[in-house]
Amino acid sequence: MKTLDRKIFRELWMIRGQVIAIALVVACGLSTVIMSYSTLESLQQTREQYYQEYGFAHVFASLKRAPNTLLERIAQIPGVDKVVSRVLAPARISLKDFVEPIQGLLVSVDFQSISNPDSLNRIYLREGRMPKTTTSAEKMSQSNQKIEIIINEAFAQPHDLHPGDQIKIIVNGHEKQLIIVGIALSPEFIYQIAPGSIIPDFSRYGVIWMEDKILEEAYDMDGAFNDLSIKHRSDIQSHVIIEKLNVILKPYGGLGAYDRSLQVSHQFLSEEFKQLDGMGRTFSMIFLSVTIILLNMVVGRIIASQRDIIASLKAFGYSNWAIGFHYSKLIVLIVMVGIVFGVLSGLFLGKNLALLYMDYYRLPFLDYQLQVGTILYSISITLIVTLLGALFSVRKATQLQPAEAMRPEIPQRYSITFIERLGLKKYLSQSSRMILRHFERHPLKAFMSVFGTAFACAIMIVGTFFMDAMNYMMDIEFNRSHREDLMVTFVNPLSYKAVYELRNLDGVLQVEPYRSVAVKMQSGSRSHRTAIQGFMPDNRLYQVLDTKNRVVKIPESGILLTEFLAKKLNVTSGDMIEIEFLEGKHQDQQVQVAGVSNQYIGLSGYMNINSLNHLLQEDSLISGAYLTIEKGHSEKSSNEISEHFFEQTQLKSMPQIAGVSEKKSLIDSFQKTVGDFMLTYIVFITVLSVAIAFGVIYNNTRITLSERSRELASLRVLGYTQSEIAYILLGELAIITFFAIPVGVLIGYWMSYGFILGIQQDLFRIPLIINLQTYIFSVLVVIGSAVISGLFVQRKLNQIDLVSVLKVKE
Amino acid sequence: MTNENTLKSSGEKVFLTKGITRTYQMGEVQVHALRGIDLELYAGEFSVILGLSGSGKSTLLNILGGLDIPTTGQVFYKELELSHATEEQLTNYRRHHVGFVFQFYNLIPSLTALENISVVTEIADDPMKPEYALELVGLTDRMNHFPAQLSGGQQQRVAIARAIAKNPAVLLCDEPTGALDIETGVTVLETLNRVNQELGTTISVITHNASISDMAHRVIYLNDGQISSIKQNDIRKTPHELSW
Repeated sequence: MKTLDRKIFRELWMIRGQVIAIALVVACGLSTVIMSYSTLESLQQTREQYYQEYGFAHVFASLKRAPNTLLERIAQIPGVDKVVSRVLAPARISLKDFVEPIQGLLVSVDFQSISNPDSLNRIYLREGRMPKTTTSAEKMSQSNQKIEIIINEAFAQPHDLHPGDQIKIIVNGHEKQLIIVGIALSPEFIYQIAPGSIIPDFSRYGVIWMEDKILEEAYDMDGAFNDLSIKHRSDIQSHVIIEKLNVILKPYGGLGAYDRSLQVSHQFLSEEFKQLDGMGRTFSMIFLSVTIILLNMVVGRIIASQRDIIASLKAFGYSNWAIGFHYSKLIVLIVMVGIVFGVLSGLFLGKNLALLYMDYYRLPFLDYQLQVGTILYSISITLIVTLLGALFSVRKATQLQPAEAMRPEIPQRYSITFIERLGLKKYLSQSSRMILRHFERHPLKAFMSVFGTAFACAIMIVGTFFMDAMNYMMDIEFNRSHREDLMVTFVNPLSYKAVYELRNLDGVLQVEPYRSVAVKMQSGSRSHRTAIQGFMPDNRLYQVLDTKNRVVKIPESGILLTEFLAKKLNVTSGDMIEIEFLEGKHQDQQVQVAGVSNQYIGLSGYMNINSLNHLLQEDSLISGAYLTIEKGHSEKSSNEISEHFFEQTQLKSMPQIAGVSEKKSLIDSFQKTVGDFMLTYIVFITVLSVAIAFGVIYNNTRITLSERSRELASLRVLGYTQSEIAYILLGELAIITFFAIPVGVLIGYWMSYGFILGIQQDLFRIPLIINLQTYIFSVLVVIGSAVISGLFVQRKLNQIDLVSVLKVKE
Repeated sequence: MTNENTLKSSGEKVFLTKGITRTYQMGEVQVHALRGIDLELYAGEFSVILGLSGSGKSTLLNILGGLDIPTTGQVFYKELELSHATEEQLTNYRRHHVGFVFQFYNLIPSLTALENISVVTEIADDPMKPEYALELVGLTDRMNHFPAQLSGGQQQRVAIARAIAKNPAVLLCDEPTGALDIETGVTVLETLNRVNQELGTTISVITHNASISDMAHRVIYLNDGQISSIKQNDIRKTPHELSW
């Protein structure tokens, strides 16, 4: 080892406290980045592999009904590799001991060919076996035999259902007894969410795979299908197939084919991936900035204290380059310590996070691979950026003329500070004046310390704010926009008479119908597939709200668009858009955009129910209704109320009803699902924030201590007490923290804003809502870290050796 | 003892300065450190530059050592014009030709005595072994001590060992005994004398201590940035004979 390298190691050992503080920041940053990206890449890879192995289709299409003979025509579309038809049927599931309605989706499967590797949307059996295929002889005696089915794991788990358990369903108005023989996962339901929902409710939505012949018969679909999955060649783009498919399916009530990007599970997952990516990006930015600030401070100080050594080295004939290289090595070593810990903990955390996600998303396996590329990339970025950041100090070191460096530094020029000039001088003690003048003399250092500490506050805010935002969004959506207790969805649109039937049910107070129609909106070359919601003009149970929570009136005629959708279609109020109805008579209509409203969730169009039906050339049809129910005696909990309601009425067994969703239970189950996860997450973010705050504040104070130890020791010699000189040092720390807090709040606010802009999506736009509690908690974390740093430094301060400090040269 | 004339005839000119001046900006004050110096120093010569503090002697030494460049005028080390040398030439010059001894030793605190010497020998062309350099200054038994574990005189002797270890043609010493007591100072000066005699190194010592001048071949008196006179010692004293 070169002698100078030994110097580095010894010096690092001497400042090990600071090295650890910096390494901690680097390690936290790197581990967050590696964790996010290795999780992200592993999940993406897993999803890809899962899709591949279990034949996730490329194109999906739903339709009213088409004969199986049509399949041949579809298979002939150029580029189509494989077409699988099936029947999807809504059902209601009844379980013993669970009175609330459960929405079910029946999926017909040819269990004989499902194990075929080229079959599409294959299921992954977790438990049990595949159902036995029935022969036609058996089919005859079917009526008194229980039908074997497979259910999805997400639904099985909360109800503790296992092979051998029995469930009842109502499909097409008929009750059926089913026996579970297997529990499974599917690439179609990685993210399992009921159609039209924005949050999952695992216990109230179940997917049931049933033998095709049985379901076809039960749903009056003999020899026909109502759903298609297509796999196409990789050199063909999905939209080419979709266009041709739509033409073929139109006469059969096609609802418009779509590719993976609109497949619900895929879409939600992609959105989650985008958030992970955004987090990784935001955090790496924060940590890199803080690392640069820290290294600049610490290396700057090391270099300042080694002026004479640098001069000597130059006098001995070391070149600028050699000296620059020497100090760069020092920086690299400090950063390397952090990198080693960061990579190790990042991989560990990444693996665990990925496992957590795997569980949450119902993935059958996890393809967790060491993302060498990502790791190397993050390491090199960290090194390059920190070296560039510390370049300034190193340059200063090499530019020092040796003769100049040899001379003691000129006493620093202090001046009367602005605050003192304001006339406040007489209120300030000598110690306070020293603190203030020191700040004014070193504005850059003070600025960097404030900025660095501010980042600790900012990361707390940006890391936790979206929980506020999510809660707010939930509150708006479920308490203000949705004011109903129950939402009832019909299997097929019904006439307005259904409203009266619902109103006649015991315990029902209010009923308001709605109409929902799948459409494709088009303006010029831009198009979007969504639904139009039709409401009564005086609707109260569901209200369209804008982002300022004002009720948006549904226009008499014309369509109201979500702002994000209007932007997507590039239209504004007054423009005409073309609407292709994907239901009913399938005609195209021109509709004027009557207004644009800003909303957080979904991309919809809203219309008056009558003008919507008019456009559809239909009589007053409704797709479902919002209900409020009688609360009875106030001591009852809302769960008891709904249980009572469902026991009293026949709502659950009304054949035309596809599903009943209960608002309250939806929210409860969501909060239960995310609750634990969020708690872990908050702890994690807090650790990161503390690491930053500690890294910055501790380093800053240590540096001040080393810069001013002579001064402070002199004061001690002159008779100042330990705590009086601590005041000078810790007072500086307090002031930095004081200024860092508002700056941090601002940075946190703007970074949160940048974060939500970056992840805006079709499904929802997260609002910039940051609660006071979030600010307070963030500020407290920073203050706490400052206090801890202060205690550490005070211990050092107590160890100052008065005599040796004063004996030093000059 | 040798006298200047014999030196002049045997030794070539090592340094030549022509009217050098140097001004600094010290905070808000302009300091004229040198106001026109013409000087020649010869190979093998032991010279003392004597002056009060602020007379410009450190500046002169720094310029000779390639640590600083004059504001005006010319400085030559043999053929090389230091006053117009590039940074690279100056670095090279310092690396291969000059050894420095500073008043405050300037040892690197995190390196041991031996390692402080290795720092220099590692980049030199034809250095002596660091252990040998320490032996020359009589500190073999202290080689694994850190600067903080050495007395001032020992530190300065390490500094001298460090300066001579690369076998420089010139040794420039800035108040080498300034921070030392008399007894230790004498030991240091003896070491310098030995280096001059045994290795034939050209040595220039700057000091404000007039008594040291008795051991020099030549004494250059500096006053307010100018040479006030130059004295030749026909008879040189040994460091022991110096009266402080």
